Amino acid sequence: MSVQEKVVEIIAEQAVLEIGDVSLNQSLEDLGIDSLGLVESIFAIEEEFDIQVPFNANEPEKSEFDISSVAAIIAAVEGLVKAQRA
Amino acid sequence: MRRVAITGAGTINALGHNVPDTLAAMREGRSGIGELDIRDLDRLSVKIGGQVRGYDERAHFNRQQIALYDRFTQFALLSAAEAIGQAGLEFSGALAARSGVVLGTSGGGLSTQDENYRVVYEEGKNRVHPFVVPKLMNNAAASHVSMQWNLKGPSFTVATACASSNHAMGQAFQMIRYGLADVMVTGGSEAMLCFGGVKAWEGLRVMSKDACRPFSATRSGMVQGEGAGAFVLEEMGHAKKRGAEVLAEVVGFAMTSDAADIVMPSKQGAARAIRGAMQDAKLAKEKVGYINAHGTGTAANDKTECAAVADAFGAHADSLMISSTKSMHGHLIGGTGAVELLACIMALRDGVIAPTIGYEEHDPECALDVVPNEAREAKVQAVLSNAFAFGGLNAVLALKTA
Repeated sequence: MSVQEKVVEIIAEQAVLEIGDVSLNQSLEDLGIDSLGLVESIFAIEEEFDIQVPFNANEPEKSEFDISSVAAIIAAVEGLVKAQRA
Repeated sequence: MRRVAITGAGTINALGHNVPDTLAAMREGRSGIGELDIRDLDRLSVKIGGQVRGYDERAHFNRQQIALYDRFTQFALLSAAEAIGQAGLEFSGALAARSGVVLGTSGGGLSTQDENYRVVYEEGKNRVHPFVVPKLMNNAAASHVSMQWNLKGPSFTVATACASSNHAMGQAFQMIRYGLADVMVTGGSEAMLCFGGVKAWEGLRVMSKDACRPFSATRSGMVQGEGAGAFVLEEMGHAKKRGAEVLAEVVGFAMTSDAADIVMPSKQGAARAIRGAMQDAKLAKEKVGYINAHGTGTAANDKTECAAVADAFGAHADSLMISSTKSMHGHLIGGTGAVELLACIMALRDGVIAPTIGYEEHDPECALDVVPNEAREAKVQAVLSNAFAFGGLNAVLALKTA
């Protein structure tokens, strides 16, 4: 399973949606994921890929980790996974 | 001073997953104590407890809820739902603002702590689930009950070890009596039957390895239980106006502190609380027909409690009945007074006195009518419920028939 597929699966589970109902241009807000849902998603992503996601819930907009859309999250996770392997 | 009615009751404990099943077990003198089904049982020397059996959290809660609800919160929510369902109340507008929730617990989310300490210490992981704190905090149960039922008035959690529930219910009673609230959801919840929770109690060396036999000369210590009890307390006029069924009336409450020893109980402290509850209720001692004892099955408690009852009641101590239902459901620590209040309501409403089971041999230091082994039919008009906690904190409630 690719990073994209896995991240979409995690987000879909958190949003209680089918995987097919999550589109890449949606934001977490669009998907009905609140702040607790976000930290739980990040936890699941960290567990899945064995990475550390640089995210501080106090200042989400200042985090290096872009959560503005599903596509942005996937790109950020791909970057972290690549850095981990390097 | 306003009067306070009980208009709803709910529970889940080793005897049953609701009030009718629990009361049926108490009437039959059935024990809910058995071998524990928990991880690493082989490393425990105490292997028994009053565990909630046949319980599947997924039958009651979805995945998101389970991620946030420790077992003690789940028990509180299920009990509150039964109690509020019976009361038939809906909380909105002005009533919601005048309604609150006060629950007792001692360990709070102890299972959550236990599991996550394992993860970081034993398994060496460096990451825990983000909800560990909101799941383990002692007020999680009270907060989730308030959220689920829209209770917007005074709400908090009381932790006074084995007296937590009685202190909580006493607070709820006083809030309604003195006009701070009109309806209170109250009681207590505990879920300490995890490896660390049992191991900690083992350390004190007061636990029985076979059964809880309060007041019996053959007693061998206490047995832990788990579960919750919840009640809807309601201002009497409010209850009557809407035609609610009143299960019993809470008429008095007293708290005392031994100010003496962190674990050994005191006859004086307990007796002062018993007398205080009767004075608060303006209840003549001869009117009290039944006491639900703290009755833990330890030598220290049982002897002290019987001496305190004899002291507070004088000659009438020989005419009243006193039983410990911990012999059946175990000691629910911070939730125990709530489950035990069900036995008080059964005595007042149904005229059935729950027995002290496992009773084998007379102990001259506990020479009271402890209703040994079999439930008894008796008409009683007023009852007390005792709770005497570690730390010397005592809380006694007085109830009368509706």
